[in-house]
Amino acid sequence: MKITPFLAVATIALSGAAHSDEMEYMPPVTHAATLEECSACHMVYPAGFLPPQSWKVMMGTLDDHFGEDAGLYGETRAEIEAYLVANAGRDRSKGSAVPLRISDLPWFRHEHEEEVSKRQFEKAKSWANCNACHKQAEQGIFEDD
Amino acid sequence: MKYLLVLPFALLAYPAAAQSTSPADLLAQYSAEAGAEASAERGQALFMANHTGGKPDTPSCTTCHTTDPKATGQARTGKPVEPLAPSSNPERFTDVKFVEKWFGRNCNSVLGRDCTAAEKADVLAWLDSF
Ligand code: HEC
Ligand code: HEC
Ligand code: HEC
Repeated sequence: MKITPFLAVATIALSGAAHSDEMEYMPPVTHAATLEECSACHMVYPAGFLPPQSWKVMMGTLDDHFGEDAGLYGETRAEIEAYLVANAGRDRSKGSAVPLRISDLPWFRHEHEEEVSKRQFEKAKSWANCNACHKQAEQGIFEDD
Repeated sequence: MKYLLVLPFALLAYPAAAQSTSPADLLAQYSAEAGAEASAERGQALFMANHTGGKPDTPSCTTCHTTDPKATGQARTGKPVEPLAPSSNPERFTDVKFVEKWFGRNCNSVLGRDCTAAEKADVLAWLDSF
């Protein structure tokens, strides 16, 4: 139990940068298994963009992952879940449904609503395609570009 | 003597235990498992068809891999997917675990079930014919 307060502080410290008004930088994933297994279909999203329970639910439902089977089993699955949860952002859902998409979060909508032209979006195809617009997304950089 | 007979079967039944392979070795392995000769035509038909048993956003292998195995495809997020034909991409069908993982996922997404050894042999025979 002694560990809990320490963890809470660590989590806030880690996610602090993410949830100040400016979110120009979000530490990119450095965990080898996550980089390997979560990069085939899209860029590897930084763990800090979703709260811990989002990663837990996602890692438990990979066989139906946004309309595709992204199934992982055994140790690899558990190891990735542990990494994502340990590096997750703060929970701001206030008890409402667990968010699964970064692109559904209120701050995301707010940041993107009036900033993106129709043409830019059509080129990117999907909000999930962060690196189509943020050229340095894989280095964790989401600032003006 | 019994052991000598059992061992080859054990290897066939658990291809994931092996690691590096080649398109030809893998084709032999799947064909042996299926107990039938592979057919590139059947493989092409399976690959090109629109299926209804799987997930609605992925009706066909061509959804992501295009109709040309020598072409670069695209995941639904827009991320490029390198060609599947070994002649265009020598890394294809060289890692049993990787092949099995993606046959498993993609057959489930598209067909709503695993592909049989015969179907894998057919698809591989077609992809390796380019
Ligand atoms: C088989 C392909 C595939 C693999 C492998 C995969 N994903 Fe996804 N992922 C998708 C698809 C498809 C979407 C939805 C994309 C869209 O809406 O354009 C998605 C979306 C997401 C989103 C939401 C993006 C948004 O809109 O905010 C997250 C987060 C995510 N994936 C995490 C992961 C993690 C973590 C892993 C590794 C365990 C992983 N994915 C592996 C296919 C995959
Ligand atoms: C269609 C283009 C497009 C896509 C796709 C996109 N963004 Fe953005 N994003 C923008 C634009 C434009 C802005 C506002 C200008 C800026 O700050 O770069 C922005 C702003 C942001 C900001 C705020 C940056 C700051 O300066 O505070 C973050 C964080 C961000 N995006 C993250 C993401 C993530 C994560 C994804 C993928 C899940 C994503 N974006 C997908 C275009 C896009
Ligand atoms: C939703 C997109 C999508 C669909 C639909 C899809 N695939 Fe794939 N496939 C991928 C991705 C992504 C990879 C892994 C990334 C890579 O290897 O380029 C992959 C990899 C593979 C591999 C691994 C080959 C190797 O050795 O590298 C095979 C085999 C394969 N797919 C066959 C199929 C077949 C057969 C179908 C139809 C039943 C199919 N795929 C449908 C996206 C898809």
